[in-house]
Amino acid sequence: MTENPNGTGHVHDEGGLAGLRLVPKTDAPYKMKDFKSDQEVRWCPGCGDYAILAAFQSFLPQLGVPRENIVMVSGIGCSSRFPYYLSTYGVHSIHGRAPAIATGLATSRPDLSVWVITGDGDGLSIGGNHLIHALRRNVNINILLFNNRIYGLTKGQYSPTSEAGKITKSSPVGSLDHPFNPLSLALGAEAGFVARTVDSDRKHLTSVLRAAADHPGASFVEIYQNCPIFNDDAFEPLKDASSRDLRLLRMEHGEPLRLGPDRGVVAGDFGGLEVVDVARVGEERLIRHDAHREDPGYAFALSRLDRPAFEHVPIGVLRDVRRPTYDDLLNEQIEDARSERGDGDLAALLAGGDTWTVD
Amino acid sequence: MAKQIEQLDRVIIRFAGDSGDGMQLTGDRFTQETASFGNDLSTLPNFPAEIRAPAGTLPGVSSFQLHFADHDIVTPGDAPDVLVAMNPAALKANLGDVPKGATIIVNTDEFTKRSLAKVGYVSDPLTDGTLDGFKVSAVGLTSMTVAALADSDISKKDAQRAKNMFALGLLSWMYNRPTEGTTSFLKSKFASKPDILDANLKAFRAGWNFGETTEDFAVSYEIKPARLPSGTYRNITGNLATAYGLIAGSKRSGLPLFLGSYPITPASDILHELSKHKRFGVRTFQAEDEIAGVGAALGASFGGSLGVTTTSGPGMVLKQETVGLAVMTELPLLIVDVQRAGPSTGMPTKTEQTDLLMAMYGRNGESPVPVVAPSSPADCFDATIEATRLAVKYRTPVVVLSDGYLANGSEPWRLPDVADLPVIEPDLATEPNGPDGAYLPYLRDEDTLARPWAVPGTAGLEHRIGGIEKHAQSGDISYTPGNHDLMVRTRQAKIDAIARDIPELEVSDPTGDAEVLVLGWGGTYGSITAGVRRVRRAGGRVAQAHLRHLNPFPANLGRVLARYERVVVPEINLGQLALLLRGRFLVDVIGYNKVRGLPFKAEELAGVLQEVIDRD
Repeated sequence: MTENPNGTGHVHDEGGLAGLRLVPKTDAPYKMKDFKSDQEVRWCPGCGDYAILAAFQSFLPQLGVPRENIVMVSGIGCSSRFPYYLSTYGVHSIHGRAPAIATGLATSRPDLSVWVITGDGDGLSIGGNHLIHALRRNVNINILLFNNRIYGLTKGQYSPTSEAGKITKSSPVGSLDHPFNPLSLALGAEAGFVARTVDSDRKHLTSVLRAAADHPGASFVEIYQNCPIFNDDAFEPLKDASSRDLRLLRMEHGEPLRLGPDRGVVAGDFGGLEVVDVARVGEERLIRHDAHREDPGYAFALSRLDRPAFEHVPIGVLRDVRRPTYDDLLNEQIEDARSERGDGDLAALLAGGDTWTVD
Repeated sequence: MAKQIEQLDRVIIRFAGDSGDGMQLTGDRFTQETASFGNDLSTLPNFPAEIRAPAGTLPGVSSFQLHFADHDIVTPGDAPDVLVAMNPAALKANLGDVPKGATIIVNTDEFTKRSLAKVGYVSDPLTDGTLDGFKVSAVGLTSMTVAALADSDISKKDAQRAKNMFALGLLSWMYNRPTEGTTSFLKSKFASKPDILDANLKAFRAGWNFGETTEDFAVSYEIKPARLPSGTYRNITGNLATAYGLIAGSKRSGLPLFLGSYPITPASDILHELSKHKRFGVRTFQAEDEIAGVGAALGASFGGSLGVTTTSGPGMVLKQETVGLAVMTELPLLIVDVQRAGPSTGMPTKTEQTDLLMAMYGRNGESPVPVVAPSSPADCFDATIEATRLAVKYRTPVVVLSDGYLANGSEPWRLPDVADLPVIEPDLATEPNGPDGAYLPYLRDEDTLARPWAVPGTAGLEHRIGGIEKHAQSGDISYTPGNHDLMVRTRQAKIDAIARDIPELEVSDPTGDAEVLVLGWGGTYGSITAGVRRVRRAGGRVAQAHLRHLNPFPANLGRVLARYERVVVPEINLGQLALLLRGRFLVDVIGYNKVRGLPFKAEELAGVLQEVIDRD
């Protein structure tokens, strides 16, 4: 018989990323190129996925874990081709099911760093059920949802994040669907880590990825991603140098919530938040961002600030609150059973219950 | 006066009552007593899908049939020799199955005007002649239980609820069953409720004593232990045997067991059982839906676990896309489908064999998977280990087709010696297999055509797999026409070649000159065998064979079919195996098909076989 492959081996010392506590660490001096696979990247020219891939490849050495202990799991869609372009282990699965597959992998292999790559169609439409349940269970996986607000691979139908009234191939007189707010959805699904970033801002993207990896349990990261073919410039107001600083609410834990030089966020009615002129209310009334706030109501209020569309868009880590992870709890139950009553004995199991002997 | 003891060689008893009357428990306890006495036995629980249908109604009737004997038996029996009817509904629902001359024990206390009216009896069947020709024992089971518990410190309602133990005590006396097992069972079940324990024990003893003293029951019966092969036995249901088979497969392969499952009748008991065995390193994951159950199992398989999902028909439908992904990624995966009556929700607690074609062909594209079907409750153990062996050796999903009858039915099981169970070698890849240290995840073993299985954490073998067609060796995405044709044919050839690695089909043909072969598969083994025995006892010549492997078929199947003039294929469907046999072997098999949610009766099959034998 072969050795059980699921040994956990050498684990991180104190001070490593907390989400990688049970993953072996390495001193190998990885470079970005070590995470590029030999496959030709086949996204459309100008696709936001290129920038995310490059940022991700240059980020992976920061994990400090062996390449063979990293697994990318994706569903179906343009973004789901991601695993092919990384030199780690990877599964390009079926539409919407990546969180389920990653759940089985992560719970049975706590020594792996598991990343789910999904999109607004894959993760929020066909796979919406798996997404919310992975989040509430708090399986130790990192879910990156590339949101381009359109179906790309099937060539241009509206997605669950497309704005109502959108004219697409399947909605020639305007979509009737009210869109999801992915951050609100994740928070409603009891996610402990919820963040948003933008494909074109590598520095910000990298910092959010690092925070996600540091979070033990399920991390949900929405990445605004441009589709130049079917929904070009969907996020242009957030990228244009002249307007972005007035629209992006860059959240930093412990820092006041400010939009550009003049505006900031204060408490509003009914537990909501409000964007106001700082000069009018005074600097001291600005809310200092607290990503560790237990009550998700605050993070939810942040997620709703994006009205009217793109007027003030929070990016960064909305919520980073820790609770026990599903995989830790499951493996604890197994360890407890073994330490209390010893390893299972097959012969004793089979002979359990009432037996009789025939001579 | 010492009562007379009469010797019998076999008895079929059916306990029937309201869902709330504890008939399954009563039947189960009587079964355990019978098992520990050493009779051969076979059971058939039959219960409504509703948890508690309105009390006293026909839809609320639950029953448990037990056949036990001093010789080898293979079915729960066609018709009861004894019916215990706890209320008018139970009598009405079951009377049609009881032959004249049989014994009927009725609980007269429940035969009130109101209860009779509830099930449409306009007059009392106990007095209006309905039961003429039966040996009727009218017993006030409820009132005698209440009287026996008069001194107990429990409510009247709790006292009445113990009437099933009174009935069990009475039947235990009638058939001279050992009672220690039931006593210790009750002690452990009601350990935290001493009053209820006391009431149940008293009711049980009162039932026994009633049998011994009353003149209503002049005779008790003895059925000698069966002469079974030597060994240690226990009674086991199909679902329990399946759960144990999965644990054994995990132990013998060294692969940790991961079960991803969504509760569904009649498969849930496998999930319940496995969730208790964490000491074996078993991880059970109750998923958000059927799709996530199989998805998580496949994810665990990718990580080097033995990934398993358990389900029934409606769940099987939902899992098929993921099974297709397992076909494409060529990872071991077990799918246990405990078949039930369909289509759609169908009849969840009733048995059927209607998922064979779905297991074979219910996926998009050419996606062959091995299909293995256990033939009896105890055989679920061996069939599951065999499925594990195939899944691991050939890197393929394997479907195990159990059914509701096997799942809930039980029979004695001779415990195997663990050392004799097959060793399953996962043979995980640890080294590169290509030029220049490359790892080619689809470079196959020449003999088995299985691809190497490298699990994450193995340095140097990092690779990507998925549902898109892949290059025949590197596994890279490939849309090349010739490559796809090659891969489709190779995946098929891999499964077909398993025929070399499974036993040939054995035929039982004692006279050696039978012209008729009866060929079955899966859970009908017992009924067919009993039917064949009847035919042979009457001097008929019939050959019998039973398929465990439905895909691929045993290598000699075509030759076996060709040897016989006529081939009868009984199935609890409308002819699914028959279709496969006709398509594959161009043999005009004779189907015998019924879909009543119940197993075949031996007598019925004997009649069918005799009719085919008698054809010119």
